[in-house]
Amino acid sequence: MTSVDSGTRPAPAALAEPTTGRPPRRELGVANVFSHSFLLLWAAMTVLPLAWMVLSSLKSNGEILADPWGLPEALHLDNWARAWTKAHIGRYFLNSAVVVAGSLTLTMLLGAAAAYVFARYDFRGRQVVYYLFVGGMMFPVFLALVPLFFVVRNAGLFGTWTGLILVYTAYSLPFTVFFLTAFFRTLPTAIAEAALIDGCGHFRLFFRVMLPMARPGLISVGIFNLLSHWNQFLLPQVLMQGDESKWMLAQGLNALAVNQGYAGDYAQLFAGLTIAVLPVLVVYVAFQRQIQAGLTAGQLK
Amino acid sequence: MRHGRYPLIVSFLLPPLVLYGVFVLSPYLQAFQISTTNWLGYSAQADPVGMANFRTLLHDGYVWNALTNNAVLLLVVPVLTIALGLFFATMLTMGGRKGQAGVTGVRGTAVYRLVYFFPQVLSVVIIALLWKEIYNPRSGLLNGALHALGLPTPAWLGDPRFAFWCVLAVMVWSNVGFYVVLFGAAMQAIPRDIYEAVMLDGASRAVMLRKITIPLLWDTIQVAWIYLAIAALDGFILVQLMTNGGPNFSSDVIGNRMYDTAFGSETKFGYASAIGVVMFFLTLSVAVLALRAARRDRIEYS
Repeated sequence: MTSVDSGTRPAPAALAEPTTGRPPRRELGVANVFSHSFLLLWAAMTVLPLAWMVLSSLKSNGEILADPWGLPEALHLDNWARAWTKAHIGRYFLNSAVVVAGSLTLTMLLGAAAAYVFARYDFRGRQVVYYLFVGGMMFPVFLALVPLFFVVRNAGLFGTWTGLILVYTAYSLPFTVFFLTAFFRTLPTAIAEAALIDGCGHFRLFFRVMLPMARPGLISVGIFNLLSHWNQFLLPQVLMQGDESKWMLAQGLNALAVNQGYAGDYAQLFAGLTIAVLPVLVVYVAFQRQIQAGLTAGQLK
Repeated sequence: MRHGRYPLIVSFLLPPLVLYGVFVLSPYLQAFQISTTNWLGYSAQADPVGMANFRTLLHDGYVWNALTNNAVLLLVVPVLTIALGLFFATMLTMGGRKGQAGVTGVRGTAVYRLVYFFPQVLSVVIIALLWKEIYNPRSGLLNGALHALGLPTPAWLGDPRFAFWCVLAVMVWSNVGFYVVLFGAAMQAIPRDIYEAVMLDGASRAVMLRKITIPLLWDTIQVAWIYLAIAALDGFILVQLMTNGGPNFSSDVIGNRMYDTAFGSETKFGYASAIGVVMFFLTLSVAVLALRAARRDRIEYS
C-alpha cells in the first residue's frame, strides 16, 4: 500500500512526488511519531470494544466473569445458537428486514415523487407547501412521541408492522424530499423537454427518464434512510409494545440485555450483539465509500 | 404540453402530504394542545389547565437536574467531538511528510477512515449495550484492564460521580469518526497550493490549522456544531439504556424525564407534553443561536 488512498490523493502532490529526484523522506519526524500514535490509539479505541464483543461471544459465562481480557479456551458457538433461537434474534432480524424493506421502498417512492414535483413543476403555493414539508426535519421525533402514540393507536395501527412502516416513512420524508428536490434541480431540463415534445407523458417521463437520471442521489439518500430505519429504536419501543413475536431487532437486543441482568447470561448477550453487528460490518466494508459519502452528504446539505 | 400535468402533481404530492400531515404535523401540533391539559393518559378526561404544567415545570427539581446535565452535554460534547475530529482529519489529510513539496496524509489514511467511521453505522442500541458491558464493574473490559494494572476499579455506571461522564464519553466516541470523515472531505476541497504557499513561508502545522484550515472549514464546523448540539439535547437512548438516568438521577437527561413521565410509572401525558414543548423551543433556539454565533462570510474557491 502506498502512503495515501489513491482516490482522494490531491493532484499536485501526486505530480510533485516523481519530480523531486531524491528519495522521499519517510515519516520519521517527531511530530509524525506523535500524531501517528494518537491515530493508532483512537483506532484501537474503536476496534477494541468490537473485537472484545466478538471474542466474548465465543467464551463461556465463567470465562467472561473470570477474565474479561482472556481468550476463549474453546469456541462456544452454542452462545450464538442460543441467541439466535432462544432469544429469537433470528426472528427479530427477519422482522426488521421486512419492515425496513417496506419503509425504505415507500420512503423512496413517495420522497422521489414529491421531490420531483417540487423541483420541476410550478403551482400555486408551492413554496409554502415545500417549507412546511421540509421544516419537519428540524425537530427530533421525540417531541411528537406522546401524541403520535395516540394517533397510531386511534388509526388501529398500534403494534402492527404497517404502522411502523408508515411512521418510519412519514418521519424520513422531510429530509428525503429536501435532498432529492435539490438533486432533481441539478438535472438538465433539455432531456425532459425533448421527451415531452416527442409525446412522452408526464408519468412516463418521471419513471423512464427522470428516475434513472437521479440514481446517484437516490442511492445516497437511500443508504441514509436504510441505516436510520434499521437502527431505529425509539419508534418501535413506543409503537410496538406488547406482542413480542413482532418486535424489531433493536427491541430484541434490549430484551436480551434486560434478561442478562436477571439471568447473568453474558455470553448470549454478546452473541446477540455480534449477530446484529456482523451484517452491518460486511455491508459497510463492501460499500464504505458510498456509505460515507451518503451519510456526510446528508448532513452537509 | 399541459396535458397530464395536474394529475401528476396531485397523485405525486397527495400521498406524501397526507402521511406527513397525519403522523408528523398533527402530533407536533397536538403536543402543544396537550401540554395545556392535565391529561393522565388512558382515560379520555383532559381538562384545560392553561399554563399550570409550565409553572410546575419551573419548580420541578428533577427537570432542572436533567436540564443541567443536558447543558453540560451541550458545552462539552460538541467541543470535544469537533476538536478530536479536526485533529484526526488534519492528520489524515495532511499529516504526512512535512517539508516535501506536497501536502499529503499519513500512511494508511483509507484504513483509518474505514475504522473511525464504523461506530456511525451501528445502532445506538448496540453502542449503548456494548459500552454498558465495557463499564461493567465485574466483567467489563475497562475494569479488567485496571485490575491487571493494579489500579482501583470503580463501579463506573453504578457510581453517581462517574455515570454521567461515562455516558458522555460514549457519545463522543460514537460521533468522532463521522466528523473525521466530514471534515476530511471538506479539507480535500481546499486547494493544496494554499498550504504549499504558507509552508514555504515557514508556517508550522498549528498555525496552518488555526489560520487556514479552520477559517476555510467554518461552514462545515458550523453544521457540525448544530448537529452535535441537537444530539446533546437528546442523548436519550444512550442514557436510558446505559443508566436509565441513575444512579440517583446523576445521569438524567431531559428526554429521559419526558419518556419516564409519559410512559413510565405514571402516565402524565399533559405534563410530558409540556416537557416536550420546552425541548422543542430549546432545540429551536440552540439551532438559531448556533447559526447566529457562527455566522461568517461564505468562502468560495474560484
